Amino acid sequence: MSKQEFTVTVYTENQIGLLNRIAIIFSRRKINIESMNTSPSEIEGIHRFTIVINETEEVVKKLCRQIEKQVEVLKVYYNTSDEIVWQELALYKVPTDEIAEKAKVERLLREHGARAVVIRKDYTIFETSGHREETDKLVEVLEPYGLIEFVRSARVAIIKASHGFHEKLKEFEQTEPGDELIENEFLNKQDEVFTM
Amino acid sequence: METLTVKKEKSTPNKKKTTNISGSVAVLEAFLEENVEIIFGYPGGAIMPIYDALYDYQEKLKHILVRHEQGAIHAAQGYARTSGKTGVVFATSGPGATNLVTGLADAMIDSTPVVCITGQVYAHLLGTDAFQETDVINITTPVTKWNYQVTDATEIPSVLAKAFYIAGSGRPGPVLIDITKNAQLQLFDYEGYKRCDHIRSYRPKPIIRKEFIQEAAKLINEAERPFVIFGQGVILGKAENEFKKFIEKSGIPAAWTILGMSAINTDHPLGVGMLGMHGNYGPNVLTNECDVLIAVGMRFDDRVTGRLDKYAKQAKVIHLDIDPSEIDKNVKTTVPVWGDCKETLPMLTELIQQKTYPKWLQKFKEYQKQEDAQCIEPELHPKSDELTMGEVIDVINSITKGNAVLVTDVGQHQMVTCRYAKFNQSKSNITSGGLGTMGFALPAAIGAKMGAPERTVIAVIGDGGFQMTIQELGTIMQSEIDVKILILNNNFLGMVRQWQQLFHDKRYSFVDITSPDFVQVAKGYGIAGKSISQREQLKDAVNEMLSHKGAFLLEAMVGKENNVFPMVPQGCSVAEIRLK
Repeated sequence: MSKQEFTVTVYTENQIGLLNRIAIIFSRRKINIESMNTSPSEIEGIHRFTIVINETEEVVKKLCRQIEKQVEVLKVYYNTSDEIVWQELALYKVPTDEIAEKAKVERLLREHGARAVVIRKDYTIFETSGHREETDKLVEVLEPYGLIEFVRSARVAIIKASHGFHEKLKEFEQTEPGDELIENEFLNKQDEVFTM
Repeated sequence: METLTVKKEKSTPNKKKTTNISGSVAVLEAFLEENVEIIFGYPGGAIMPIYDALYDYQEKLKHILVRHEQGAIHAAQGYARTSGKTGVVFATSGPGATNLVTGLADAMIDSTPVVCITGQVYAHLLGTDAFQETDVINITTPVTKWNYQVTDATEIPSVLAKAFYIAGSGRPGPVLIDITKNAQLQLFDYEGYKRCDHIRSYRPKPIIRKEFIQEAAKLINEAERPFVIFGQGVILGKAENEFKKFIEKSGIPAAWTILGMSAINTDHPLGVGMLGMHGNYGPNVLTNECDVLIAVGMRFDDRVTGRLDKYAKQAKVIHLDIDPSEIDKNVKTTVPVWGDCKETLPMLTELIQQKTYPKWLQKFKEYQKQEDAQCIEPELHPKSDELTMGEVIDVINSITKGNAVLVTDVGQHQMVTCRYAKFNQSKSNITSGGLGTMGFALPAAIGAKMGAPERTVIAVIGDGGFQMTIQELGTIMQSEIDVKILILNNNFLGMVRQWQQLFHDKRYSFVDITSPDFVQVAKGYGIAGKSISQREQLKDAVNEMLSHKGAFLLEAMVGKENNVFPMVPQGCSVAEIRLK
């Protein structure tokens, strides 16, 4: 099994210290986190972590179980990049003189789906969002004009097949969850094992 | 002094009508609601309001003053392990709390339910490097099942209810609650205590899926050489009877891990011995010959599996565990049976056929014969004049008839005790299995005795480990705890020496340890003691220790350079276990 990019989505309670509990699951195993985002979710009071790592599926599966084991974690999903829709936001600061004089700004913005957020005498800030290659591409384009600063956000991702967390949460709130709540979903992927 | 008296008035309990109580009193009320009997602890600045409140609760809550916070948590672990209840610890902030870390790590890896309450500086001082302030929550995060800092007293009842629920349910573990001093002092309207039985983000028991049980039963019914290996999950799940019924109906030979030991009687006809690095010959070798391996409440520790890529590769693996993250963690499972084994075992037992495997069982016996001849006989009936650790344990077996609780430390004496001890009841083998904490046994034995006061508790300790927590003799003295202390003294850090002999060309690097006169040390603590080195003294000395009223220290001088065998050398497969 080779390493590939996985996006891990974690639904949690909003609790101080949970970020650390989740982060040390990776650092204890010396696994680098490529990107990590925490944000509210579709449900008030429930937080959503989006974590990107490069690992084998086997390792990712084990990491997800360790994360899900944390008391304040409700649910963990992991997906390959083609199972999600994802975006990253990037900001670029360039000298206004240079860019206005030498670049065909209008074309540049159109081609890269970028927009100007701030235009000042001394500098201009562009913003774009997209996949890694797309935001990287604009860095390449802007570098000749003296790119002053560049920053990119963590990944945010929506799972294509997900129906959201509302229904799941209702089941979690019951003391005795019904059969519909299959917490051990990973098991379903093991079907092939039983055919031997 | 003035502030002290004011505080006292505030924290006076027993006023049921008054709903206004301090955070400190709320902690103690929570303990009463959770049926806590004993607290192991050590006071200090940041936990003084709680100790002040405790002054008025002495009739209801017993407090054992230890000599070091590590002793407190190990005692709480020993208590939890023999009583099946949750151990409780008090420690102050800063060094008091950091001294708990080893015990927390030990309780975490050995799944022991413990609730630790640590004092913390005033909330307004957090992050200012105040006196005895340390970031206890972040220090303890990797070694606790759950931890939480309380800065407001109104949270105390619900947080403690959560703490006890989390520590004791599912796969048990340590919980630490850090309470700032202002919260301990704060008065608030107490609305009573409500025990916690549900946290929406926490599922202590995975839902049992019947199709997997059916699949497991099918594999078992079709098996020709099935083999059961079991761990502490059987004891933690209080599923000893369910487990016994399962193996007796299935007729499958069963071997225990170090922590699973005593879940069935050691002389059970289907009990084939201990697994692992210093386990028995047959169970290790035959792990790689069975066709279906049924693991119950165990986690395939590397000391059990040896080299993983050569472990039971021929077998289909059925793994029963309450913790979903254990499935496939180390050994790839063919059929995972998630759930509490108290529930899953009877379901499985119902579906399996009544069988016996005389030929397969005979194979274990043949290996046992080889081990008897090459390892056990020379250990129990040595030709040299020097005492062996094994014969000391054997004398204990013959006198206690397998009814004592043995609390072991870490090293050669631990392996020898677990190899040779006989047990007739569950919760009898208390040891630091996962973390391998030297210094565990003496304080753990204190707790073990308090958790099972009617039983004989013997701490078996090496000369090295004893000196790591020797100060707890003071606790034994002050609280008059009837523990028997057996020092197996070989004047060496024996297990490290054994490895240096076998794998480092006998380069004995810093394993030669000088000890004080242990009998004199015990005497200084008012504890009777005796030291022996002759075989003919052994029986009388053990009898004297066991019949002595109160604590007793017996030091047995044993052979300096004896080794523990069999042994699976590190990096080798279980089939490559060496008899010498």
